[in-house]
Amino acid sequence: MKSIKTNTSGFLSSLPKNIFSGFVVSLIALPLGLGLALASEAPPISGIIAAIVGGVIVSVFGGSNVTIAGPGNGLVVVLLGAITTLANGDLYQGYLFTLAAIICSGVLMILIGLLRLGILGDFFPSSAIQGMLAAIGISIFAKQFHVMLANTGAKGDTISLLIDIPNSIVSLFSPEFYPLIVAAAVGIISLLIMVFYGKIRNKYFQLVPAPMWIVLLVIGLSYYYEFFSSETYPIDDSLLVQIPNKVFSSFPSPDFSSIFQLKFIGVVVAITLISSIESLLSIKAVDKLDPDKRRSNANKDLTALGIASIVSGFIGGLNVVTVIARSSVNVNNGGSNRSANFFHSVFLILFVVLFQDQLSRIPLTALAAILVYTGYKLAAPRNLKDAAKIGKEQFVIFSATIIGTITTNLISGIFIGIFTTLLIHFILNKSIMLFARNLFKPNVLMFKEEVNGTYFVGVKNFSSFLNYYRLKRNLDSIPEDSDVVVDFSYCDFVDYTVQESLFGYQETFQRKGGSFEVTGLDKHGTASEHPLAVRSLVSISRKFKIGTNLTKRQEDLQKVANDFSWNYSPKKQEDTTALNNFLFFKIKKVKYIYNNIFNNDSSVEISDVEFSEGEFIARKNSRTTILTIHLKKEIPIFTLDREGFIEFVYKIAGFKDISIEDHPDFSKRFFLLGEHTEKIKLFFTNELVLFFESNPYYHIESNGNTLLLMRKERVASVKEIKALLDYGIRLEKVISQIDFDEILLKSLQIKS
Amino acid sequence: MFLDHTILSGLSDHKFKTILIGLAFSPNLKNNVYEAMRMVDFFDSKLILVHVGSKTKEKEIAIKELTSGFSDDTEKVKIIWREGDPVDVIIKTANENKADLIMLGATPREDFLKFYIGSIARKITRNANCSVLLLIKPSEDLRPCHHVVVNGLKDDKTKQTILAAFEVSQNLGAQQITVVEEISQQEVQVVVEDDKSLLKSIKRKEQITKKEHLRVQDILNEVPEEFKSGIHIKTQPIFGKRGYSIGHYARVKGADLLIMNAPGKTTFWDRIFPHDLEHILTELPTDVLIIR
Repeated sequence: MKSIKTNTSGFLSSLPKNIFSGFVVSLIALPLGLGLALASEAPPISGIIAAIVGGVIVSVFGGSNVTIAGPGNGLVVVLLGAITTLANGDLYQGYLFTLAAIICSGVLMILIGLLRLGILGDFFPSSAIQGMLAAIGISIFAKQFHVMLANTGAKGDTISLLIDIPNSIVSLFSPEFYPLIVAAAVGIISLLIMVFYGKIRNKYFQLVPAPMWIVLLVIGLSYYYEFFSSETYPIDDSLLVQIPNKVFSSFPSPDFSSIFQLKFIGVVVAITLISSIESLLSIKAVDKLDPDKRRSNANKDLTALGIASIVSGFIGGLNVVTVIARSSVNVNNGGSNRSANFFHSVFLILFVVLFQDQLSRIPLTALAAILVYTGYKLAAPRNLKDAAKIGKEQFVIFSATIIGTITTNLISGIFIGIFTTLLIHFILNKSIMLFARNLFKPNVLMFKEEVNGTYFVGVKNFSSFLNYYRLKRNLDSIPEDSDVVVDFSYCDFVDYTVQESLFGYQETFQRKGGSFEVTGLDKHGTASEHPLAVRSLVSISRKFKIGTNLTKRQEDLQKVANDFSWNYSPKKQEDTTALNNFLFFKIKKVKYIYNNIFNNDSSVEISDVEFSEGEFIARKNSRTTILTIHLKKEIPIFTLDREGFIEFVYKIAGFKDISIEDHPDFSKRFFLLGEHTEKIKLFFTNELVLFFESNPYYHIESNGNTLLLMRKERVASVKEIKALLDYGIRLEKVISQIDFDEILLKSLQIKS
Repeated sequence: MFLDHTILSGLSDHKFKTILIGLAFSPNLKNNVYEAMRMVDFFDSKLILVHVGSKTKEKEIAIKELTSGFSDDTEKVKIIWREGDPVDVIIKTANENKADLIMLGATPREDFLKFYIGSIARKITRNANCSVLLLIKPSEDLRPCHHVVVNGLKDDKTKQTILAAFEVSQNLGAQQITVVEEISQQEVQVVVEDDKSLLKSIKRKEQITKKEHLRVQDILNEVPEEFKSGIHIKTQPIFGKRGYSIGHYARVKGADLLIMNAPGKTTFWDRIFPHDLEHILTELPTDVLIIR
């Protein structure tokens, strides 16, 4: 445990970095806050208020470390709808109603956090969430594109706004548009700055974030007209940001009078839903960036965000969520603890107090350009293409959610996404019963394996967003520096949401020094060639049969093979007669071997084996990983096991435990069984005994010309395979040095 | 009860003295009879075959034929013909004949990967007054029993069940017994939210595991040495839902027999919100023996 003193000194020494990082973040938060508020038709300052309150409160009460809180882009659509409709078009009254809704949703967020319901965020299929975010992006894009071109009058739903975009562009060239042309030019240039900022590689230029460049340039422009040019500033006041003179003295009072109306409740639910999802997603994503690899307490953060939203609502601000873009800027600039979030608020207060006049020189078109870019990033057509790559069905879910969200509203949209996902899962599996019968079953088993403390997590029946929380709860309780094997052998269906999350765990475990491997998916059929494609035991598509599309594990095996400069083949091999004369497989029926790692120059080979016991194929299908060494010369038949590991010891007549002279310790630790005691004793030379004594334990048996090495009656993880391969190669070396001919000769002498 | 008695008198005494099996004239008839006869062989006990339904010449011949190779001793094999509700008849017959084991065969459903038992077998399992053996796939040939998994729940009946598991393993020639302690989330009491709660939960789990381990060791110490000889004993704490995860574990480990405590009286609600044994009944992982 660290003492408080070192904590404090650590905090102090990291303070300058956090102050700097908070400053950089505030440079982005300022224009974004103004823009997001404007896009929601709220007073521009409300976005800044949300960022200030969020930074102060979440840094004190929150449970995460490097996140930044403030107004979120996901909320724009909900808040815009609320402000424009709650008071039937009266924007200011609608804003007051919306403030009340924000406060109510803050109360709900606190409840969610306190009741630890953050887990509810796991009940949404990932493609549906991605679809929803894309729809939000499209809505922001459609609306703000017009504002960017100085057309503030554009109204209507997202689709008609999108259709109107060419009109807005054409009207740029009409004569009556002339007074607005500078404003529109500022908008377009701002958009160009946003787009090309990332492409300019200059250390000093990159010190200031793109949105701040825009702000600096437009303010500079207005000063140019004020001091150097004889003309008046060619942008009309109505196209400039309105900042109230007394920001911190006169707060608007939220209006709670419509609190029991259905419309109001709908807004509260929507705000709560979207802000929880956006925050949870951001927290999860930012944890992967945290340089100190800490784990955030999402529930505590939700509570803090709820408190912040209430405070913000009471003083006229928008609601507060955790935002991913600003958080990652924070990490990139050296933010290492919650103080960065706090300082980002402090700098915002300073900006508003010191530069109030300058802020009101910013044209709306410039802010709209920033939002157009943000909207485009959210909706990026690339996302759609990525979804399609994972599988046709993900594309369908993604598109259905987008269309549903744009044509109805966010809540209906996400539910359309969920139902589409469910329906597709039913169709893919040709069964509803698989889900109905097993939905409430506790399908996850976890235990720590005795041999080397690996956590084994087994999942049964089906694993999808519907029951992912059970798996997640187990996975969360494993320290990230340990080795984990998640096995889906008994799982008929695994969906994309689960696989994507597991992929996230894989990254986290890797980062923190553990290993996280998924097994048992190799034999499932898939819908596409993507490694995270939906996998089901019911064959989904004829095109992609087993073996043509590699799972994550198979890809890793390929890598291992490459590392050793060996070959890898995922193909099934039905000819397994070579295995049949091993004792281990004597009472088992080998069905096929697959996932071979081999090298034409070596006699060592690794493969997975699928086998069943007896003739009851349905009864016990098992899989294991074996290593075989094909020997050039004949050696005695034996089996070698460590004492106490009874799984592999066979009660076979004629076989007895053989002790090797001069090696009492070896004899005590190992069971060595075989028929021809003398031959075996000769074979176990000092070098070989020493090798077995000083290396990890494997079950080893010889059938006369081949050695079989294995450890567990399950498929080995990639880490275990590396160890096994290394062991096998070294063992092969030791054995090849033993003089077989001499042994044979000696044994003949004994016989005579 | 018989257990105290068996411990005192050692291995020479057998646990199951009278085994009862219900017969239906289905394609499974032969396999069921063969399984029963093998059990009788292992335990050197008496066999009672019960058919619920009318007695006809053909049926009688069929059964005689099946049992012919086994024993002509009428003392050892008894065939009872009775009409009525199958559940009542079998439980009643078991009581009257002081049967201490009822054998029931499961029927495979849908795909051949999972086994479910019918409603009759479930009712018998719930209401019988003696031990019940559920076979997932009765077969004509002998299936060797290598690995037995037994529950180590914190329950009054567990000691009896573990003792019985050792006795059964000796009779069936099993080489390994794994005593499984299920640790539920409720016991851990810590919800993992961040690094701090993770540490707390790991510590708590270690404590519980240690405590459970001691408890099971105490029981294992009371098992007579001759019951333990030749058997490798392992204890395994697992994390999951009580009564359900042990079945999952047995399946993952490819165990040949799962031995469980008998449930307390089940009510209507237990079937709607299944727990313990009810989980196993809906999804048999392997052969299951319920000790009463």
